[in-house]
Amino acid sequence: MTTTADTTAALARTAPVAPTRPGFWRRFRDNRPAFVALVVLALLVAASLAAPLIAPYSPEAIDVPRRLSLSTPDHWLGTDSLGRDTLSRLLYAGRVSLLAAATAVAIATVIGVPLGLLAGYVGGKPDWVLGRIGDVLMTFPAIILAIAIIAAMGPGLQTAMIALGIVYAPRLFRVARAATLQVRAETYVEASISIGTPAWKIIPRRVLPNVASPVLVQVSVMLAAALLAEAALSLLGLGVIPPTASWGVMLGSGFKEIRSTPLLVFWPGVAIALATLAFNLIGDGLRDALGRRTRKADS
Amino acid sequence: MNTAGTTPGTGPLLEIEDLRVTFGSPGPRGRGRVVRAVDGVSLQVGRGRTVGLVGESGSGKSTLGRAALRLVPVRSGRVSLDGRDLTALRGRALRQARRDMQMVFQDPYSSLDPSAVIGDSIAEPLREHEGLSRRDAERRVKELLDVVGLPAGHAGRYPSEFSGGQRQRVAIARAVALNPSLVVCDEAVSALDVSTQNQVINLLEDLRARFELSYLFIAHDLAVVRHIAHEVAVMYLGHVVETGPTDRVYDSPAHPYTQALLSAIPASHPRRAGTGTRMLLSGDLPDPADPPPGCAFATRCPYAMDVCREAPPATTPVDGGGEVACHLQTSGPTLAGRTLDAAGVRAERDGSPDVVPAAVRDAP
Repeated sequence: MTTTADTTAALARTAPVAPTRPGFWRRFRDNRPAFVALVVLALLVAASLAAPLIAPYSPEAIDVPRRLSLSTPDHWLGTDSLGRDTLSRLLYAGRVSLLAAATAVAIATVIGVPLGLLAGYVGGKPDWVLGRIGDVLMTFPAIILAIAIIAAMGPGLQTAMIALGIVYAPRLFRVARAATLQVRAETYVEASISIGTPAWKIIPRRVLPNVASPVLVQVSVMLAAALLAEAALSLLGLGVIPPTASWGVMLGSGFKEIRSTPLLVFWPGVAIALATLAFNLIGDGLRDALGRRTRKADS
Repeated sequence: MNTAGTTPGTGPLLEIEDLRVTFGSPGPRGRGRVVRAVDGVSLQVGRGRTVGLVGESGSGKSTLGRAALRLVPVRSGRVSLDGRDLTALRGRALRQARRDMQMVFQDPYSSLDPSAVIGDSIAEPLREHEGLSRRDAERRVKELLDVVGLPAGHAGRYPSEFSGGQRQRVAIARAVALNPSLVVCDEAVSALDVSTQNQVINLLEDLRARFELSYLFIAHDLAVVRHIAHEVAVMYLGHVVETGPTDRVYDSPAHPYTQALLSAIPASHPRRAGTGTRMLLSGDLPDPADPPPGCAFATRCPYAMDVCREAPPATTPVDGGGEVACHLQTSGPTLAGRTLDAAGVRAERDGSPDVVPAAVRDAP
């Protein structure tokens, strides 16, 4: 018996281990659009963060005589109706817009993901109740619901982001719940139960890492939507209150001058489009790179 | 706590009494389906013994194994491990009781968390029950990997980097990490190819001797069960129809269903092929939500008598050890504990005679 076992052990030791799959980062990097998008986003974030260092003017410095100028050596991207430097405002606005989008999505994540994990894992009545609340929230168009919440709480960036966070929470809830339902049925969760691990440890340790991929993808796509929603709300005067600049605010004020100086809507438009596209492409890249390792044996 | 059972250290390790597991609910107007997956099963696993649980798909053997570990809700009956009533345990007490009973699952591709390194999976029971520090757990994981014949350095690898047999070794390492008294192996080698199966079976036998384990070994592969099990229990439609020492059950089955199962094993040698009568079962497993009123096997049994369709058979002891639940033992050509072969009861090749041909043996 011992000899058999030894041979067995020896066999298993020499048995080749399947080649390691290229790491997550490698897989993401090989996805050209996603990688370029990541670089673009990194540049946008870096430029926004460095705004006080690199902006040629204060974003609020008014210079009426040079209002509505086109690109000049002094004002590379021109000036707005009050003569403020568009480039400087664009850089500062990036901080506000990106942070606002991140805040909204963070709020949605903090509300939606834990509830989704809980509903998917526990099932039954909690799942039903949470699901119906989510359904009710989802029946309203996002912007309309956000406007309603802002109407109740008063305008302002913070309110707008909390409103957006609440509006987006059911979407993340759904994604997290659906993924959890699937993971809940996996044998490795049953294995953890059979070991005697309590649910409050199984959910973060065994379920969360395995639902992370779809949630991350959703978060990335949602960042793009939140950015657009912030722009829309600010455009309507419900988000960022002037003179603070956000891309949405710039778009709104530029809109008034669209006949005389169309460039004023062009630049914030480009910034919003770039950031949105970047988030979406990164989301796609994450989805592909995080795809579950379903490879069996040595196929 | 209920200590009405046997005291720890004596008697069988695992004792299942009249266990019932049902799925589904009757529904508000009684129109729902209630599937009786396990329907009044009693079974024992002795210390250091391996009990093989065989039966076709849907017979309830996996459910029985899971119910024994309280992984599916038990409708009624009792499960005790080492004299301790598991069916009475809840919450924390149940989780703590789990350290003595572990499971090896069928599919090594899904029983390990794909996003965790295998060292983490093996360490889970150690962290949970022994509260080991990270460093101590790492050391134990390395020892365990060595025990199951994997290089200790592989602890930091992901399950996707291993083959099926290697993963099953990891799953076994996790199952024996706490030195449990009982391990339920649910089709633990079914997903592996034949040469890997042998290695894993040898490993399981090796571990049983080394750690004084008892196995409830669930399988549909009868040859594997004959190799590893001391005793065998045969399940059909939620019932255990026959139990007994492996050799007795295999050499002289007492239940027609066991006989049919065994006749389906391919001959291991061409010279032996063709000697045994192949007993073909017609039809499918009956709907477990609507089982036949008498003997569960009556609808497919070649010897079925009127009484089989009316009353469920009682359990009677068999010569050579074990028990069988079949009317042939008590009615008709009363076998009274004799096995089918000994009594000369044989099914005709393809026929399913209504009247049992008492003591008619096929001419060789």
